[in-house]
Amino acid sequence: MAALDRVKVLVLGDSGVGKSSLVHLLCQNQVLGNPSWTVGCSVDVRIHDYKEGTPEEKTYYIELWDVGGSVGSASSVKSTRAVFYNSINGIILIHDLTNKKSSQNLYRWSLEALNRDAAPTGVLVTNGDYDREQFADNQIPLLVIGTKLDQIPETKRNEVLTRTAFLAEDFNAEEINLDCTNPRYLAAGSSNAVKLSRFFDKVIEKRYYLRDGNQIPSFSDRKRFGGGALKTLHYD
Amino acid sequence: MSFLIDSGIMVTSQVLFFGFGWLFFMRQLFKDYEVRQYVVQVVFSVTFAFSCTMFELIIFEILGVLNSSSRYFHWKLNLCVILLVLVFMVPFYIGYFVVSNIRLLHRQRLLFACVVWLTFMYFFWKLGDPFPILSPKHGILSIEQLISRVGVIGVTLMALLSGFGAVNCPYTYMSYFLRNVTDADILALERRLLQTIDMIISKKKRMAMAHRTMFQKGEVHNKPTGFWGMIKSVTTSAPGSENLSLIQQEVDALEELSRQLFLETADLHATKERIEYSKTFKGKYFNFLGYFFSIYCVWKIFMATINIVFDRVGKTDPVTRGIEITVNYLGIQFDVKFWSQHISFILVGIIIVTSIRGLLITLTKFFYAISSSKSSNVIVLLLAQIMGMYFVSSVLLIRMSMPLEYRTIITEVLGELQFNFYHRWFDVIFLVSALSSILFLYLAHKQAPEKHMAL
Repeated sequence: MAALDRVKVLVLGDSGVGKSSLVHLLCQNQVLGNPSWTVGCSVDVRIHDYKEGTPEEKTYYIELWDVGGSVGSASSVKSTRAVFYNSINGIILIHDLTNKKSSQNLYRWSLEALNRDAAPTGVLVTNGDYDREQFADNQIPLLVIGTKLDQIPETKRNEVLTRTAFLAEDFNAEEINLDCTNPRYLAAGSSNAVKLSRFFDKVIEKRYYLRDGNQIPSFSDRKRFGGGALKTLHYD
Repeated sequence: MSFLIDSGIMVTSQVLFFGFGWLFFMRQLFKDYEVRQYVVQVVFSVTFAFSCTMFELIIFEILGVLNSSSRYFHWKLNLCVILLVLVFMVPFYIGYFVVSNIRLLHRQRLLFACVVWLTFMYFFWKLGDPFPILSPKHGILSIEQLISRVGVIGVTLMALLSGFGAVNCPYTYMSYFLRNVTDADILALERRLLQTIDMIISKKKRMAMAHRTMFQKGEVHNKPTGFWGMIKSVTTSAPGSENLSLIQQEVDALEELSRQLFLETADLHATKERIEYSKTFKGKYFNFLGYFFSIYCVWKIFMATINIVFDRVGKTDPVTRGIEITVNYLGIQFDVKFWSQHISFILVGIIIVTSIRGLLITLTKFFYAISSSKSSNVIVLLLAQIMGMYFVSSVLLIRMSMPLEYRTIITEVLGELQFNFYHRWFDVIFLVSALSSILFLYLAHKQAPEKHMAL
């Protein structure tokens, strides 16, 4: 039953953007009827077929860890949240298309998750400034999802979509824009479903197929060892 | 001519206060949200500006700045505007935003907002009946009617906040009350949290796998319905299928547990940070202050009890009393008139500044704690309402701290309110609030170490 391998994907974003709705949609294929505040972390599981349709098809469990809260929380809450950021294999960043601040806060969210080991008290070493080099160096796959697409009037859609394209480019990630209350956006065969599938495949690949039995050092380990001990990361 | 200059000064200061309120709103309150309805920001800043102007007029009264008749005029004007805002504008907008959040009523927003406002007015009016706040000479639509009711609500709020603050302040400052938290405690709790989440994950994996096999086999997902259905399912359940609803219940219970553990862990982290803070210089300073504040708090509770028991209302204000004592008992002679003006200015100034600052900080904390992106507009407007009522009743109560010659303007403008009633009401609510806060904090403090013993 639980004999399949698993990967851990973190779902981050501001309060109220629709993380719980999206996770419910991805895992239960149903729209969440009564969304309420997430306290702490809520986890759900999706079964994914890696390399579907090919002879190397294999099934994996994808654990989606939906961490609640806001970037401006007290540092005690941040230290508590940091316990969920252990050994993550992928991050989904969610922002609200109708709220620009939630998109800007994604930088702070990703830094919080990726810098987890930088200081034991959870205080960010880089004081929240965005540093493109850190993201270029990053080995953990990211996916940017914009929600509440239906609430954007047609006239403003282009402007909003251009802005989010820049955002996704900054993170070196794919982007999906949808409405969590409408399962049509993730229907099988649509371009969004393909992007999602590709993202999960990438996460599984990085976790299981990119090393010769050694653990991939996390983002912070690389800072500690300075990249000298990573000879085993190359393809054969 | 001087009236024009005075009005010019007043208008400039009002614009300044408006700007400050605007900035406070943007930088502090709505830091993490996007302002989509500028109406909210304008209403908040207007309430703030007119409240601050009232305090400014009190200070001008003491210092003797500006012409006396123009002061009186501005008092009346200011009071009318702020009552208009507090009783008409803000409640209407609160109703409007609450109604627009509900999807069903979205079409007829304006209509339902008016209905909500009328209900509010009805209860607001009824509020005045049980209290002996007015002499029956006044008509229905006079300022005194409105202000008396606003005053009652505001004084209740002030007393509640003040009672809670007086007890909470020494509790948070003094390190005597800090529980001892070690790193091992935190690690143990975190481990429990992660274990619980792992259990949730494994159960969810079973459910997901069961759903998938059922979906692949093309089985219809038939839940046992009714009494006979349940009996049937006991005997005829297929060996491969799991009792999914049972697992779902277990998952729900585990999720509740994980939430509790998360909150406890956050609590422990916060306590650990406070312990570290108390070892710094600032922490020691606050600890020291805490002892003073606890004495002050005990004294205030004592005075409130005495006031109620002996039905005593102070006739003279602290400034005149202090001067009397120094002149009569200590025999120090000085120019009473000159000093009384300056001392009352300083005293009243300190009271005003600390109450404004305290209220803004409390409002900000409250806002961060309970707002979300949907309700932020409504909550900010509620806070603006509370702020306005708080400031209006501060003016009522501050009359007590001023010498007789400066009280006249407040008495003139506000008419014949029974000021003594407000002071008595404040004492009663303060006492109730302080005693219940002590009880509440005692219970919370007692309960916490027992939870950790059970680990």
